[in-house]
Amino acid sequence: MVLKRLFLGVGMLFVISVLIFIGVEALPGDLAEAILGQAATPESIQAFRSNLKLDLPPHTRYLSWIGGILQGDLGTSLANNRPIADLLSSRISNTFFLAATAAVFSIPISILLGILAALYRESFFDKFISIFTLSMISFPEFFVAYILMVLLAVEFQIFPSLAIVRDSMTFFERLYAISLPALTLTLIVIAHMMRMTRAAIINVLASPYIEMAHLKGIKKVRIIVQHATPNSLSPIINVVVLNLAYMVVGVVLVEVVFVYPGLGQLLVDSVSKRDLPVVQASCLIFAGVYILLNLLADVLSILANPKLRHPK
Amino acid sequence: MKKTGANRLLNVHDLCIEGYQEEEWRQIVNGVSFYVDRGEVLGLIGESGAGKSTIGIASMGYTRAGCRIKAGSILFDGQELFGADYETLRRVRGPRIAYVAQSAAASFNPAHKLIHQFVEMPVQEGIMSFSKAEARAKELFRRLDLPDPDNIGDRYPHQVSGGQLQRCMVAMAMACNPDLIVFDEPTTALDVTTQIEVLGAIKEVIQAYGTAAIYITHDLAVVAQIADRIMVLQHGYEVETGETRQMIESPKKDYTRELLSVRKTRGKTINHGGEETVLAVENVRAAYGNNVIVLDGINTKIGRGKTVSIVGESGSGKSTLARVITGLLPPIDGKVHFCGEVIPPKLKNRPKELLRRMQMIYQMPDTALNPKHKVKKILGRPLNFYFGMSGKERDQRILKLLELIELGPEYMERYPDELSGGEKQRVCIARALAAKPDLIICDEVTSALDQLGAKGILKLLQNLQNELQVSYIFITHDLDTVKAISDHIVVMYQGKVVEQGPKSDILHPPYEPYTDLLLSSAPEMNPDWLDHVIKHRQRLADKGVSIRS
Amino acid sequence: MADVIKFFTRSPWSAKLGLAIITLNIFCALFAPALAPYSETEIAGDVWEPPIWSEDAIPHYTPVILGTDHIGRDLFSRLMFGARNTITLAFVTTALAFFVGSIGGFMAATLKGWVDQTLSRVVDILMAFPTLILALVILSVMGTSIPVLIFVIALIDSTRVFRISRAVAMDIEVMEYVEASRLRGEGLWWVMKEEILPNALSPLVAEFGLRFCFVFLFISSLSFLGLGLQPPLADWGSMVRENSSAISFGILTPLIPAAAIAFLTVGVNLVVDWFLHRASGIKDV
Repeated sequence: MVLKRLFLGVGMLFVISVLIFIGVEALPGDLAEAILGQAATPESIQAFRSNLKLDLPPHTRYLSWIGGILQGDLGTSLANNRPIADLLSSRISNTFFLAATAAVFSIPISILLGILAALYRESFFDKFISIFTLSMISFPEFFVAYILMVLLAVEFQIFPSLAIVRDSMTFFERLYAISLPALTLTLIVIAHMMRMTRAAIINVLASPYIEMAHLKGIKKVRIIVQHATPNSLSPIINVVVLNLAYMVVGVVLVEVVFVYPGLGQLLVDSVSKRDLPVVQASCLIFAGVYILLNLLADVLSILANPKLRHPK
Repeated sequence: MKKTGANRLLNVHDLCIEGYQEEEWRQIVNGVSFYVDRGEVLGLIGESGAGKSTIGIASMGYTRAGCRIKAGSILFDGQELFGADYETLRRVRGPRIAYVAQSAAASFNPAHKLIHQFVEMPVQEGIMSFSKAEARAKELFRRLDLPDPDNIGDRYPHQVSGGQLQRCMVAMAMACNPDLIVFDEPTTALDVTTQIEVLGAIKEVIQAYGTAAIYITHDLAVVAQIADRIMVLQHGYEVETGETRQMIESPKKDYTRELLSVRKTRGKTINHGGEETVLAVENVRAAYGNNVIVLDGINTKIGRGKTVSIVGESGSGKSTLARVITGLLPPIDGKVHFCGEVIPPKLKNRPKELLRRMQMIYQMPDTALNPKHKVKKILGRPLNFYFGMSGKERDQRILKLLELIELGPEYMERYPDELSGGEKQRVCIARALAAKPDLIICDEVTSALDQLGAKGILKLLQNLQNELQVSYIFITHDLDTVKAISDHIVVMYQGKVVEQGPKSDILHPPYEPYTDLLLSSAPEMNPDWLDHVIKHRQRLADKGVSIRS
Repeated sequence: MADVIKFFTRSPWSAKLGLAIITLNIFCALFAPALAPYSETEIAGDVWEPPIWSEDAIPHYTPVILGTDHIGRDLFSRLMFGARNTITLAFVTTALAFFVGSIGGFMAATLKGWVDQTLSRVVDILMAFPTLILALVILSVMGTSIPVLIFVIALIDSTRVFRISRAVAMDIEVMEYVEASRLRGEGLWWVMKEEILPNALSPLVAEFGLRFCFVFLFISSLSFLGLGLQPPLADWGSMVRENSSAISFGILTPLIPAAAIAFLTVGVNLVVDWFLHRASGIKDV
């Protein structure tokens, strides 16, 4: 079961890489002319084409592209002719640092609050939580970001408004620099995670075996710990990992708002500059992470399901 | 045996319970009073919506989400449970009042082994140590005739069959030897032959330990086996209460009499239809998905204007046979003949005219009618589809059909939600009749209805057959229905025909052993029936008829 | 009609608030030219003038209610036109996604077999992409124009609609009334239109609200990244982007269009929440 899922995941990665490749291939009109625009001369177009290896048949190009990626060679940027691998390496670690910081804060908080909201359903606390989550998921990411910026950077000047990081910074300086983007990301992810955790717990609490436990006179704490938790594990793990995957999208916007030198900002820049090799490479990374996280969610929830763990 | 006040275990007085429906509180239990003495079994019976389950769990001071106790008193062993604080209620539940739910499969926690769920409460309350509780579990498992009582506790709930799981739950309820057990339809989800075992086991243990019980069911015959007294409920009101024998032999209220009368077997006037065969099934083999054979070598035929009953428990393949006949599941081998011709195995290859001549009526009238279509559209569509009728002609015909099923013209404009279960099933019958079929397949058509509704439907089908000479295939597990309606009976077990023949041959001795088991499992309205049947089973077992459970 | 009114008067305050917000937004979108004192592209005054209630407000013959943007256009007027552009675009896209997604989902559920397999695998692959990334790839290749934008977002969104409508239709498809219509010999179109659609409608309506919010936020995000609606068209997302540098000077102008986006999605979500709550509430009892 798990093996089958893993196999599927690898297959999916392959399909995605082909699709990203074909997507860029299937340009309407001639790519070179479109990108070089007015300045296109026959010579420059020719040079551009051979540079992108557009004169080779598609499958050879795919193989050399994917082969290069597997060896760490991502090609060169069209915009500044630098190797993409160099361009990406520091940005990947920046993005990862931001996402990891947000995850470290958001996962425990949201699970805890989600469980509390489910247990004290319809209480004042629950209502407050549900209003908070509803607004958070309704707000565009940049709105949350700007509100925080206005409040915490402009009004009160607690945190820096732009997340500027330099290589010379220590760990805590970095942490301080990214405090606003990390906080934004945390708030958004908490809202989603909490909402889903609450729903998962409520779902479990409504099941007949919980009623049975009540009618057996089991103590409330024990019902939660012994009866509800093991069965909620699988949905909660799913929620957590899916939200980590969601951060892949959230991170792009947050990086742009705070001008943070991460992968997301690079991607957006490259899209507007139509720097296709960079777009290809960074999309592949984002999609790969996303697929791996989804895969992880599936595998973990299979492993956490008691019925699947103890077959007949 | 005169029971005195000192013996009184539970006294419920003027209980009113409200349910939250359509954004307002509505009373669903209206001032019901009853009592249970020590060691006594009270049966609560009624049709769906009578409020019997709600009352049952309310006697533990518990209500489901969306319900609340509004007024009344629940006095358990001198202690008031209505309005008692959570901790008091928690201490009573489990050690003193235990609960056995309808679906054991859903009520056991899938994450824990059975033994851990058994010992949980006694250990928590400090009544027994783990090892003592474990020993008690094994003792009870043995008493309840569970296979391998020493090790069954190490299994997870989904690794144990339904009938066994239900007995495990009875064992769990008995863990601390409670004063009172609430049984909430504990055998309803089981097959007839399995029902007997569970029923027998319940009766055995509560007698052995002298436990009092409230036994909730919709089946009067079942409750008659086990209860000392019976209370009949309808729409949240008490109809009457009395000693079991007195209730069965001389009920006071009309409603109770009606409940009893549906149980009594009705004879059928033998049809003198011609000898013409409408449908014949020849050597049919069928399988689902991965070559799991569910039907094997089935041969049978149905004459014009006759009723053939196909009887069997769940898993016998009787519904699969219907799917093969209708073309939903093409057989891997064998043929189906209709009016002398071999018909295409697949539904989509069958001509419209053939589809018209073979109609189907389903078990659940709730799901067999599109809730978004009015009766007019439901009946009008086949008229339009098969006969091209429209406008006035169609409306006339719809009115005719409504007349046939004994409903007034005002039903034309109603939606299925505005009809009762019995009325919906009538509309389903009318939909089948609209096509003027030669054969109607009736798949458990009465089992989702309450007993009075079911009786009406059977009578209607009978009259229609006499009038229209239509043939029926009647798929059912209910032997009373079989006795009432069939000309010919086919008994199925695990995908094979065990026995078939005219009703008189099948239902009279000498019996084929499986048929015997099935016949003897149908509860009878006689309080001594269960004891007889358990002895009878022993004899059957000696003859080598195994019972799946 | 009376039922509809009763239905809404019985709704909780949150749903009423949501409905009021939605109505207000639709009203603004419909009557934008009449409500807006200035045109979409007209320069009204200086750069980033403060709103009318501010002490530093600069008086104008035609009032500049919410102040001006980064090149001196009237923010209030742009907000009205922005409502028109963004809401229309989001609505058209959602409707397209629903049309494609639900027909696909219904077909997969009723026909099963290879149709279901093919459609489901295609959707699986599309859904394996993070939404924003997929949109960025396609936009980077095809450029940003309104038809491309509609196509891309509808494509992404229709996969979600496909999943949910397939699941809903699967639940309905097992109902005996669908089997009954099959046994009668009805064709695919009848089964989808008469048997499945009427019964799938209410879960799909709630889903429409959710998907609309998603599309609306998505378009705004793309515009914010400079990849959505292109200037000079007024659009809430790009208005935030254009004015974003004002934040560092403590000028709140970019927060106004951002708040407008949040306002509408909150409104829709409030109504959707109530719908879902109602649907699950009935199951409880």
